[in-house]
Amino acid sequence: MICQECKQRPATLHFTKIINGEKTEVHLCEHCAQERGEMLMFSENAGFSINNLLAGLLNLESPLKEAKTSAFQGPEILQCERCKMTYHQFTKVGRFGCSDCYHTFSRHLQPILRRLHSGNATHAGKIPKRIGGAIHIRKQIEKLKQKLQDLIVREEFEKAANVRDEIRSLESRLMEYGEGGL
Amino acid sequence: MSLEKFLNTAVSSWMSQEGPDSDIVLSSRIRLARNIEDFQFPTVFTNEEAQEIVDLFEKTFAYKSYVPFGKFELLKMNELQPIEKRVLVEKHLISPHLAEDCAFGACLLSENEEVSIMINEEDHIRIQCLFPGLQLTEALDVANQLDDWIETHVNYAFDEKRGYLTSCPTNVGTGMRASVMMHLPALVLTQQMNRIIPAINQLGLVVRGTYGEGSEALGNIFQISNQITLGKSEEDIVEDLKSVVQQLIAQERMAREALVKTSNIQLEDRIFRSYGILTNSRIIESKEAAQCLSDVRLGIDLGYIRNVSRSILNELMILMQPGFLQQYAGGALRPSERDVRRATLIRERLKMEERKYQEMEGDEE
Repeated sequence: MICQECKQRPATLHFTKIINGEKTEVHLCEHCAQERGEMLMFSENAGFSINNLLAGLLNLESPLKEAKTSAFQGPEILQCERCKMTYHQFTKVGRFGCSDCYHTFSRHLQPILRRLHSGNATHAGKIPKRIGGAIHIRKQIEKLKQKLQDLIVREEFEKAANVRDEIRSLESRLMEYGEGGL
Repeated sequence: MSLEKFLNTAVSSWMSQEGPDSDIVLSSRIRLARNIEDFQFPTVFTNEEAQEIVDLFEKTFAYKSYVPFGKFELLKMNELQPIEKRVLVEKHLISPHLAEDCAFGACLLSENEEVSIMINEEDHIRIQCLFPGLQLTEALDVANQLDDWIETHVNYAFDEKRGYLTSCPTNVGTGMRASVMMHLPALVLTQQMNRIIPAINQLGLVVRGTYGEGSEALGNIFQISNQITLGKSEEDIVEDLKSVVQQLIAQERMAREALVKTSNIQLEDRIFRSYGILTNSRIIESKEAAQCLSDVRLGIDLGYIRNVSRSILNELMILMQPGFLQQYAGGALRPSERDVRRATLIRERLKMEERKYQEMEGDEE
């Protein structure tokens, strides 16, 4: 399909406009869509560009909208200090530059991960043995605390006391990890 | 090089050995993606960093024994010939990406070729275990052991909330891709596959052709793998995949039974025609060869063909790929030459089978 505006480039942006109940289908190329700036007011999620399908998955804001704001207000640059990758670059390549990027881009990451992993954003699998030692203990403590609450509710105080002792010994082990720098 | 000798060096154990349900499941694979905290990801790392990682692996892991895999050999991509790399890709030991685009790519390979650890691919480390038949749990076990072995020497990039950190957000969490290669000729013949694929996709699993993304299902071989890596444990992912695979196995067996019942002679005809093509053709393209091999394999599974071993499909599907053909020929081949070579290779290989079975019968008498 050819862009209805310039009649030269292929149309990559397709959407339906409804004004006063009157429906119009619009097919534009990206260039003409940019030029007819008034369209972009509607384009929060209405514009669908095939070229931006993948980038769009990573970038929640419409790519066109972002282009526009950056032109007028100056872009807000979110950049990883360690590898110098910007958030914008990340949305283009779809790859992180280093492990710090996960931290730097974390506020954008939650919805992206949810989209990619059917609604999940928190790890539930293996924890590395060596460096994960402290994490293992912390998870164990969390579980035991839950168990402690259950036992107290059921008034099984003798068992609860045992669990409490277990938690204390784990907590002291966790302290050792803390001193060891991990 | 004689065919026998070539086969000895070319065939990995998962191709020739059988595993559970190996009438339908050709192989099970587990891949774990890991990165080292101290280095930037391969997306942006410097050549020096890349070299340092290769050196680290050469120093720490290469030529060391790890029971039960024996010694690991380190293969550097920039030291291999293009044909050698292609052969490794066709054997599924390395990815096309590692072979073609990773200047500092390397691969640690176990002696029995069940395990390969790719270095500096999309992530610093990719552990791969390949087992014959349906053995996902076993493969995961081994992958986990190797993972722990490597972790004693390097600090993994890991985050409590996000899990193992990977270059691509589609792998983060477990970093695990579990996949199973299945031969499903009866489901294709009865046109049920078109209906099944979308259903599988809805379960968070992906169905693809043999050589990964975008490749078509040559020889009715499908690869089924998990899509989601975050929010589920490795064991749960494997269990989910396994249960779908088991259902597919049941469906395929039912479809085979139905085919035998409703169109026995047509099926037998199809199988023996394909056998005839493979044993007689002088020029054969890979697509036709794959289809005929699939038919012959079905014929073996259903008992129509008795004097050919079952592993012939796994083996020839890989050996007839361009890289292998050229290695066997000892040099580069044009596509038209390959088709002639392919036909020769398949004819000779099937003749070996005939001789083997004649000898066996001779012994019995």
